Formats: sequence, C-alpha cells, structure tokens
Amino acid sequence: MERRSTRVALTAWTVLVVLFLWIPLALILLYAFNKSNVESWPISSFTTHWFHAAWNSEVRSALWLSVRVGLTATGIALVLGSMAAFGVARFRFFGREAISFLLILPIALPGIVTGIALNSAFLAGNILLSTWTIVVGHATFCVIVVYNNVLARLRRSSPSLIEASQDLGADGLQTFRFVIWPVLSTALVAGGLLAFALSFDEVVVTYFTAGAQNTLPLLIFGYIRLGQQLPVVNVIAFAMILVTAIPVLLAQRLVRDAGLVRGAGAAAH
Amino acid sequence: MYLASLVALFLSSFWTVDPFTSVVQHIWNVDNYKLLWEQSAYHSIALRTVGIAAAVTAADAILAFPVGYFMARIAGGRSRAFIFVAVLLPLWSSYLIRVYIWRLILDHDGVLNWSLRKVGLPAANIGYTNWAVWLIFTYVWLPFMILPVYGALERVPDSFLEASRDLGAGGWTTFRRILLPLALPGVIAGSIFTFSLTLGDYITPLLAGGASSQFIGNVVYDSIGSQQTPFAAAFAAVPLVVMAVYLLIARRLGAFEAL
Repeated sequence: MERRSTRVALTAWTVLVVLFLWIPLALILLYAFNKSNVESWPISSFTTHWFHAAWNSEVRSALWLSVRVGLTATGIALVLGSMAAFGVARFRFFGREAISFLLILPIALPGIVTGIALNSAFLAGNILLSTWTIVVGHATFCVIVVYNNVLARLRRSSPSLIEASQDLGADGLQTFRFVIWPVLSTALVAGGLLAFALSFDEVVVTYFTAGAQNTLPLLIFGYIRLGQQLPVVNVIAFAMILVTAIPVLLAQRLVRDAGLVRGAGAAAH
Repeated sequence: MYLASLVALFLSSFWTVDPFTSVVQHIWNVDNYKLLWEQSAYHSIALRTVGIAAAVTAADAILAFPVGYFMARIAGGRSRAFIFVAVLLPLWSSYLIRVYIWRLILDHDGVLNWSLRKVGLPAANIGYTNWAVWLIFTYVWLPFMILPVYGALERVPDSFLEASRDLGAGGWTTFRRILLPLALPGVIAGSIFTFSLTLGDYITPLLAGGASSQFIGNVVYDSIGSQQTPFAAAFAAVPLVVMAVYLLIARRLGAFEAL
C-alpha cells in the first residue's frame, strides 16, 4: 500500500499530535503538587498541601451545587431527550425535518447566545435566578446529548422488532420491558453520563443563569480571572480531569458511535 | 406516548428556538446596527473573530488529516482504539482547565520559554497575544476535527485508491483527486465545530488574550454586564448569520451525514 516513508511520516505525525493533546494535561497533574504559589516552570519542590487546602467550604459548596445541578438536569434530559428521539425516529409528522434540524442546531450556536436568551427570558418573566434557572439552562444542552444517543440507537434498531413483539401477543408494557428497554438501556446510560459530564463543566450558560450561587466551574473561572488561589485551581483541575475521564470511558464502552462527538458539540461553549 | 413525545418535542424545540426569538426581537432595532456599521473598532473585532476562527479551522484540518488517515488506513485495531480514546478524553476534560493550562505554559516563566531556552532558542513570549488565542483554540477544538475526518476516511474503500494507482496516478494525484474530495464532508463537519465554537467564544480571549484580542463574544459579554442587552444581541447576530450561511453550505456539501 503506502510507501514506507509515508507510513513512518504519518505515524510520527500522529504520535506528535497525541503528545500535543496530552502534554498539557500531564502538566496540570504535576502543577497540582507545586509547593510554591507562583506557577512557574520548572517546579522546584513538591507538596500535597494544596489538596488539603482545596477542600475548603467554598469549594465544597460549589462542588455540591454542581453535583445537584448535574443530576437534576440529567434526569430531565433523560425523560425529554428520549421522548423526542422516539418521536423523530418512529413517527412522521408535520415539521419533523425542521425539528430534527433544530435539535442539531445548538451544536453550532454559541453558548453565549443561549445564555443571554435564557437570561432575558428569566428577567422578562420576573423569575429570580436560582439553582432552578441553572438547571433549566443546563437541561437545554443535556437534552440534545441524550436525544442524539437514543436516536442513533433507534436508527440502528429495526422497528420490526416492536411489530414482531406485538404480533406475538405482547402488550405495550411487555414490549417495552422485553424489547425496547434492552435495546435502549445502554444508550440511555451513556447519554446520561455524558450529559452529566457536560453539565459539570459548563461555564457560559451557567454564568448567565446563576444568581449568587457558584458552581465549581464558575468558582474556578473567577479564581483564574483574578489570578487568585491558583494552587487551589490546580488541585481542582487535577481532580476534574480524573473525574470526567470515568464517565467518558464508561460511555465509550457502552456506545461505539458518533454520539460522543456530537454530544460534545452540544456543549457549545 | 405519541402525545407525550409531541409535548416533549415542543418543549425541547422551544428551548433551542429560544435564542433565535429573543435575538430576532432585537434585530428590528436598527440603531444598534448603525453603531456596528459606523464604528470601525467593531469592524476590526468582527474581522479578528472570523479571521482567527478561520485560521484555527485551517490549522486543525492540517493537524487532523494525517491523524485521521493513520487511524483509518494504517493503524491496527488496538492502536486505533487507543488513539480514539486518546483523542476523545481531552475533548471531554474541562474546557476551562485546558485554557488555564495553556496560560501557564505560555507564561513568561512557563514551560514553553523554558524548553526554548534549553535548546538555545530565544524566548517566544506569545502569552496574552492573538497568537496565544489562536494556539489555544487550535488545541481545544482539535479532537472535533480529528474524529469526523477519521470517520470520512474510513469509509473510502481501498479499491478506489488501488484503481487510481492502476490507472497510473501518483501519490499526490490520488490524494488530490480521490482522497481529498471523499474526505471533504468529514473536514467540513469538523470545521462546523472548530469554526462556530471559536466564533462564539469569549472565555479564551478573556483569560489568555491580550488587550487587542477582543472577540465578538467579549463585546457581547461586556455589553450584557453594562445592561446594554439590545446592542449585545445585535452584535451576537453577526456570528449567527455567518454560521447560518456556513451551515447551509455545509448541508449542501453533505457534511451532516459525516457528523
């Protein structure tokens, strides 16, 4: 096939690109142990002191809020996203094409637009910005992630499965329990994990929908911007890189398709 | 069930439409557009935003194409799976943190300058400049380009390349006449991400850019901060229009199937 020199060049290029992607992540893992609170290179001495310092009440309450918002938004997204996917995959109705197009659009829309729109909608409706407004903001993109995952799965499974089940005399509940659920369950789990990972990281929409509360990303955004508490930021970065790796690896095992790429697009920072 | 899904569709479509309607409401305020049109500062901000977005897209395409080709045609099953995860994981790790890391790397006393000094080169000092913004965007969105390009290249049958060679085409001709046209939907699908995400961003310019790195998003962000929502919306319409046109072209070229 390809000439030897081409193969070597391509291999080298790929290795370099993967290194380019990973060296920065490896560096932040090192910086978390930097003893000095001046973040310069090379790191002269190491400590685990900052891990202790990062576990303060401010960080803990932000973390707790992020977890609550992530879980609630994911729950809403699982219900609405899978129903929307069912509607688009199974039925033909007026505006179906438009709706499936609209559900791809948020990938391309800047998060700041969603953020402003929600912000002005809440203000217009005299709704106080609270944990709930953050949840609504996050649900908008979490729905897309679940929708994409479920839709991809439904498109690959044949509708004749359901017809066969009905022909064999199963009622609606039995069809759901024995046919639809086994087909969908891993797609739902994967979609849910990814939706949670997205919500956990989101800054832009959160910024415009949060009142006085801080989620974890908002907290570190503030720290980085003002150049304060950088050692604490390093430790949070360390933890977040490790923690987000888990749901993504799990989801990747469950679905091996493009849903992951599309889903990440829905973050649309 | 049908009704419930309709309601759900209505709700979710309402959410995605929402940004539009609120923007559309403000578009009729012509004064904001006059201001945009007349102030040359806004021209250069818009041009900078679109220019850097295009430069990021080009850099990502160049970086990604050989990787996609390697994954699709050279790597074995295991190394392909490894590269796939190695590309996917950085994509999902916190965006904010990835920007922050580059701030440390490009800093005056950062890793980049240190390494350059080690090999005897002058310090680069690109921290807090447009170069830094370009580099960070290229880094952050790169996985979005690699994965669709890989997907498109994987679908090119071996026989096409063999046929091209049998008909006497050299490597370069095969690349230009066969591989590039067939991979184009993948590149365009990737560029939807790299281009639009750069276009709408304000965090990277804010955290890692300099005084002359303002993006459209930064002006929008600042205008919201000073309660000038109509003007913010007017300026935010610029990337929306650019993206709408871009998406229509992309759909024509069949990029949606490659997403």
